Amino acid sequence: MNVTLPSAVSSGGIGARVRRKEDLRFLAGRGRYTDDLVRPGQLHGWVLRSPHAHASIDAINDAAARAMPGVRAVYTARDIEAAGLGGVPCGWQVTGKGGKVMAEPPHPVLASGKVRHVGDPVAFIVAETRAQARDAAEAVEVSYGVLPALPDIGSAIAPGAVALHDGAPDNLCFDWEIGDQAATDAAFARAHKVVRFETTNNRLVPNAMEPRAAIGEFDPDSGEYTLTTTSQNPHVIRLLMGAFVLKLSEHKLRVVAPDVGGGFGSKIYHYAEEALVTWAAGQLRQPVRWTCERSESFVSDAHGRDHVTTAELALDADGRFLGLRVQTLANMGAYLSTFAPAVPTYLSATLLAGCYTTPAIHGQVKAVFTSTVPVDAYRGAGRPETTYLLERLVDVAAREMGMDRLEIRRRNFIQPSQFPYQTPVALQYDSGDYEATLRQALDAADYAGFEARRAEAKARGMLRGIGVSTYLEACGIAPSKLVGQLGARAGLYEVANIRVHPTGSVSVFTGTHSHGQGHETSFAQLVAEQLGVPIDMVEIVHGDTAKIPFGMGTYGSRSLAVGGAAMVKAMDKIIAKGRKIAAHLMEASVEDIEFADGRFRVAGTDRSKAFAEISMAAYVPHDYPIEELEPGLEETAFYDPKNFTYPGGCHICEVEIDPETGGVEVVKFTACDDVGRVINPMIVEGQIQGGVAQGIGQALIENTVYDSEGQLLSASFNDYAMPRAATVPEFTVLTSTTLCTHNPLGVKGCGEVGAIGSPPAVMNAVVDALRDYGVTHVEMPATPVKIWSIIQQGGAALPQAAE
Amino acid sequence: MPQVSLTVNGKSHTVDVEGRTLLVEVLREKLRLTGTHVGCDTSQCGACVVQVGEDSVKACTILAVQLDGAEITTIEGLAAADGTLHPMQEAFREYHALQCGFCTPGMVMSAIDLVKKHPSGLSEQEIREGLEGNICRCTGYHNIVKAIAAAAEVMNGKRSELARAAE
Repeated sequence: MNVTLPSAVSSGGIGARVRRKEDLRFLAGRGRYTDDLVRPGQLHGWVLRSPHAHASIDAINDAAARAMPGVRAVYTARDIEAAGLGGVPCGWQVTGKGGKVMAEPPHPVLASGKVRHVGDPVAFIVAETRAQARDAAEAVEVSYGVLPALPDIGSAIAPGAVALHDGAPDNLCFDWEIGDQAATDAAFARAHKVVRFETTNNRLVPNAMEPRAAIGEFDPDSGEYTLTTTSQNPHVIRLLMGAFVLKLSEHKLRVVAPDVGGGFGSKIYHYAEEALVTWAAGQLRQPVRWTCERSESFVSDAHGRDHVTTAELALDADGRFLGLRVQTLANMGAYLSTFAPAVPTYLSATLLAGCYTTPAIHGQVKAVFTSTVPVDAYRGAGRPETTYLLERLVDVAAREMGMDRLEIRRRNFIQPSQFPYQTPVALQYDSGDYEATLRQALDAADYAGFEARRAEAKARGMLRGIGVSTYLEACGIAPSKLVGQLGARAGLYEVANIRVHPTGSVSVFTGTHSHGQGHETSFAQLVAEQLGVPIDMVEIVHGDTAKIPFGMGTYGSRSLAVGGAAMVKAMDKIIAKGRKIAAHLMEASVEDIEFADGRFRVAGTDRSKAFAEISMAAYVPHDYPIEELEPGLEETAFYDPKNFTYPGGCHICEVEIDPETGGVEVVKFTACDDVGRVINPMIVEGQIQGGVAQGIGQALIENTVYDSEGQLLSASFNDYAMPRAATVPEFTVLTSTTLCTHNPLGVKGCGEVGAIGSPPAVMNAVVDALRDYGVTHVEMPATPVKIWSIIQQGGAALPQAAE
Repeated sequence: MPQVSLTVNGKSHTVDVEGRTLLVEVLREKLRLTGTHVGCDTSQCGACVVQVGEDSVKACTILAVQLDGAEITTIEGLAAADGTLHPMQEAFREYHALQCGFCTPGMVMSAIDLVKKHPSGLSEQEIREGLEGNICRCTGYHNIVKAIAAAAEVMNGKRSELARAAE
């Protein structure tokens, strides 16, 4: 008789709100972040940075610095070049119009001949204490010949602008296009109406709370280098730094990313300081550490966004989208950071269809060098820019067409029956239900009751507005073959090694990295569910190239969609081997062995073996099919995705504006996101809440401001407005699920949806609140002074607020 | 070199410091209490908040030489000797009020001070405004606010046990 045993993981498997395993150490102050670690004999590095946006380096006199107490070395470009080190590499080569590959100027570890942004590293000083290194840095004399700054896109593309790099005389990195220009022109030729929209997607500083840090070590006996660093992807750093900068083989270079205090993209990239500490440790035969100060972070961590875009939408008389033309100027900053060229192109323009059936689209992107910090992927990476563009454009179009903002969206939604849906800009969407997420969000937000709330606010003298965004994005960037064709210089698969120990406990080695996402918990839930073992018997190991076979790390909401799929693939191999062992032990044929709830059963009988009995047999193979099967129970899988995943949903924001101050308050925020199957709803909601707060930050307060000389004005938390607890409201976060059709878990990714969907919802609400002033658009961020000025200018047309 | 004597988490220490040495440097580098974090250099982020006497203080904002004889509690000193978490720590875990964990020690220390200084209770708005000096980039604050409200009920004696988060 068949006995159904209770699941060992009924409380901790897929779908449960399991409290996080990682929390205890963080709450007790026992996290182990890079700067917390101490190495015997460690030396301290300090980076001397350029105070100028653009200048020649005419001379460096470091004699005084070298003579200061405790100073062990002062390195400049001359030392780096003498050692034959390479420059910081770029991981993506975009090919533009006419087959012209992008300009890829050198990115030296220490500035050579010229500095190209405020913060460009010029010298690396190593001393016995951090204070000594810092003091010595002040004694390094650098003679600069100041050159004209190129603090923004406009100045860099102006006729006669000075060239930042010899290899890019017009400051142009590439001029790229996607889509069918002729078909798009034809669509515009038959349009009932053309709506035009211009916008700048404001430049942001990611500002993970843990500043970057790095520790280099060298073992002269083995010749092995170890870099401990604040990275989202240690294997990628090993590849980039080892192969291109230090020219070290993988077997002599270990990269460890321990607890990392947030990343949001800014810790994907290989930074010069990582190479400096590692190389210096070898030179000095002592560990060398470096920790960034926040003021340095502002001028050395890659920034995000900074796109200037013009879009035109062609509509028929019924409000159906016929064609879309988009021209974007994307700021690359002074050098190409690791993924920078991919952000405005393959991560942005490929999303121009959004969740709409626009049949003809043509996008053009010109990428421009400026004398600013390099710009790269920041939470959402290209997709927030496109989503903001589309969702503001759709609202503008609704207004110009005299249509309801929801109706114009619904009329153009891709319908569930249309999947798989091929867009005119390369992507093929696999699943989604945009009406479902819209409806659920409208209900939760009490959209129908909004006008009463507007009236009530008006009675208080406040301007209330509501904004909707219906978005789609692409996660889990892949497949490798495709991204290779598009210019990626690496594969984008993921790796899992699953080691079942003799007693049935499980160690999972993943190539993804957790820096706030809670993988130690949610991945353990996944493995516990699939293998039928208690969650406490599963340990997730990440962040060390010496432990994990390989991996591409965590970004682009890929960890579960790609890394989780690799785990499933490895577990499938474990279970397949377990079935063979079970068949042998129970004298049955392999085909008759079923595995469920942690037991291998002979189908149709009451004979079964627990998972731990099988693992024990694998390691103590006394009674074991040794002729056909190796002992042990450990499997590795590489999973290369078949497609991107396509999360989407609806965000609805309500704001109140105080016309006296221009202050904008988000009073209500509702999100309904389709992120595919949810492993741990508590963690997913937390990811969305955090993303929405960053999106509200972009919409209302965050902005990166350079002056005309290329000085970063918003270079500290005093000057750059970070969202605080009172900036954001309580959120209503819901999920609605359609499954991804091409990965084994049906998951889509939840890390970025919050930051992607929310900015246009906020700005649509701001514009709606100001509708009586004739306002059709407000650029981000909607700061009080900006809104106050708009209200002042529209004062004559002001309806009197009720007293 | 000046010397200061401090009591940190109930233990007495005498340390040599430079005139410019900050409290946070003493805690992290001399006493190896690395739970107190440094997230900025302008006293904005609050990752370094500790309790000095009856007040919460940003440990990056005060010189060690100012603190001779001070009683200091850091995040490492909150849990009971048997490992039982402080209600605020427990609430942060229960309500998923932390993600990367970097701002968490300062956030917890500030939250405890906030609750202690409002023994009659805190509204959501008071909690949000009371966290003005602490920045979190991960959570969007939603769960932090809920955790503090729940912990306040226990700390103020309104409940004997932490209210569970919704399932």
